[in-house]
Amino acid sequence: MTTFAPPTVSSTMPERAPLDRVNPVTKVLAVLILSIPLLLTIDWVSASVAVLLEAALFPLSGLRLLPFLKRALPVLVFAPIGGLSMLLYAKPGGTEYWSFGFMRITENSIELAVAVTIRVLALGLPTILLFARVDPTDLADGLSQIARLPSRFVLGILAGARMLGLFIEDWRSMALARRARGLGDRGVVRRFASMAFVLLVFAIRRGSKLATAMEARGFGAPIPRTWARPSRLGWIDAVAVFSTITIMAIALAAAVFAGTFRFVGQ
Amino acid sequence: MVSVAPTGPARVVVDDWGWRHAGRKAWAVHDLDLVIEPGERVLLLGASGAGKSTLIHALAGVLGGADEGESHGSLLVDGARPEQARGRIGLVLQDPDSQVILSKVGDDVAFGCENLGVPRDEIWRRVGAALDAVGLDLPLHHPTSALSGGQKQRLALAGVLAMQPSLLLLDEPTANLDPEGVVEVRDAVARLTADDSSTLIVIEHRVEVWRDLMTRVIVLDADGGVLADGPPDRVLDDVGERLAAAGVWVPGIPLGLPARVAPPVHELALTTEALTIGRHRAHPVQQGLGIGVPSGSATVIVGPNGAGKSTLALTLAGLLPELAGRVAASPTLAGSLGARPIRWRSTELLTRIGTVFQDPEHQFVASTARAELAVALQALRWSRGAIDERVSEILEALGLGALAEANPFSLSGGQKRRLSVATVLAARPAVLVLDEPTFGQDRRTWLSLVGLLRDELERGATIVSVTHDAGVIEYLGDHRIVLERSAEAVQAA
Repeated sequence: MTTFAPPTVSSTMPERAPLDRVNPVTKVLAVLILSIPLLLTIDWVSASVAVLLEAALFPLSGLRLLPFLKRALPVLVFAPIGGLSMLLYAKPGGTEYWSFGFMRITENSIELAVAVTIRVLALGLPTILLFARVDPTDLADGLSQIARLPSRFVLGILAGARMLGLFIEDWRSMALARRARGLGDRGVVRRFASMAFVLLVFAIRRGSKLATAMEARGFGAPIPRTWARPSRLGWIDAVAVFSTITIMAIALAAAVFAGTFRFVGQ
Repeated sequence: MVSVAPTGPARVVVDDWGWRHAGRKAWAVHDLDLVIEPGERVLLLGASGAGKSTLIHALAGVLGGADEGESHGSLLVDGARPEQARGRIGLVLQDPDSQVILSKVGDDVAFGCENLGVPRDEIWRRVGAALDAVGLDLPLHHPTSALSGGQKQRLALAGVLAMQPSLLLLDEPTANLDPEGVVEVRDAVARLTADDSSTLIVIEHRVEVWRDLMTRVIVLDADGGVLADGPPDRVLDDVGERLAAAGVWVPGIPLGLPARVAPPVHELALTTEALTIGRHRAHPVQQGLGIGVPSGSATVIVGPNGAGKSTLALTLAGLLPELAGRVAASPTLAGSLGARPIRWRSTELLTRIGTVFQDPEHQFVASTARAELAVALQALRWSRGAIDERVSEILEALGLGALAEANPFSLSGGQKRRLSVATVLAARPAVLVLDEPTFGQDRRTWLSLVGLLRDELERGATIVSVTHDAGVIEYLGDHRIVLERSAEAVQAA
């Protein structure tokens, strides 16, 4: 060990893709820029254009396709389910194609179903794309140094979140111990409740121990804190924000041009 | 108020000091007078309950304010109250897991410096130097979750060291470590106190580990004040016997247990064939194991961390399924059931194989010790009268009578351990599987536990213990199963 340069922002990453160089706080902003117009409007053209443009930027993320799709699986599954409920239950309008009880498939519900399905994809996929490789520590650094959120709060959550892994181990051991103690055969609900209670006790105790350890290292001392890892904004962050706004503008313009533009509730 | 430059070792003055935790009647510490000179290396001893931890937390300034308790007298580090000298005082605690703060090694060490407002370049210089000093030769982005217990404690030490403390406080830093980890941490502390740059105070039950490093031993009296104080050899000669009786592991004082005579092997209670073990199908930790556990004997499972000792014990105990091959119980043990314990029902397991987990709290399910002991018997549908009789008998035999109505979570470490063993013994299992039963026990609770297990052996029980403890191997090791770290496990680690 000779030189100790401060580790650069994503030191665990195998190779740095362009998207990895964007500050996590910028990514939060990007998700907001993408989601607000998409949440306020509802039509299939704007969302489709957004999905296509986002997909075109996929190579910049440095992610491989298969692992990305695996992560995106919940979104991919949820989107058609959301669409299906629109298809059957949305406010009827236009030609009716099929009905059964409360379920009615009409021109309007088909249009909404398609719009909602694509919209969920247009919101979910970029969020996963942007945050798949964000290190929580980098995010916390950014939120404290750039977004100026209180560091006590941000670092407390960061340190606490690390304990989740310990709780999973606790839960496994407790489940085995219930079997060893003759309680494994019945009463699933009661067993769950008793394990949940013990886990809560562990959580409180671990939390107070962690607080002591942090306090012993000067956390919360009335001294202006310094930051070992600088969180900075650069030209690439400006490019990221500009690109996001451009994507959104093109998507909305396409909808207006195609005549499908529509606010939610209209 | 907190200077960044090193200031040399601290002087500690405790003047008629005492502390009482909020809601308690008794003072945890009272009428204590002490002066510790700069650069001294002090081993702080005393029976459990003598207030060692309270004192060291107070010196670190983390006891809390008036709502946590009340104090009398004064306690000063270089003339300042510890809360105002934070950053000059470093504290390392017992539990390795609750001291890791951030997810990467370098960031974790840097955390204290950041809080003290150390400039960035200086932080990384200190981080490197601190990791060097504790012998953690790892990349700065190495994940802290992948560290062993000994490495985590050295990481905590490095984090404290980077703050360049004048006073270094260690509260049982090696109690939860395997022998390898104990040596790692002890050597790291020896290296970094060699230049007398800080005053050192250590609490530790295992005196022989620290004795050579220390210049002074202070023994706190459970009745308040100081029982003995002076150079290690003299203090241990003077009050060694008393300390041993109070639970301290004093070197040279024999345990007084008769040596174990291994009975002849008639039958194997449990055998394995081509057994592959692991907690997840994708990560087997051992493969092709063919072992046997002799009936009526004590067997120990030993080997380095990560070799799968606990996994093997839980698989033998019918709690984790075999990944391949099988575990078979002898016909005597299985009775009318099939041979594989994992196929038995939970209540069928109770009278055949009882398991004591490494952390007693994982197996507590009731709100009083008495109810805890009755759980297994109720599951076995014993009559109310029979349950009461058996529970009373066990409470008395294990000296837990006074604690019958106490909440299991409120007991001390030694009491929790004894209760967790008692809950398993209540159903009289033929085989007893224990995972690190003596972990963190002081000499007194250790003796009572090992004595208890040897009584069970006399009664014909079969015992299997996973252990690192040389004493357990000596007194409960008729047979040994030695696991080596497998190639896959080495690769993963």
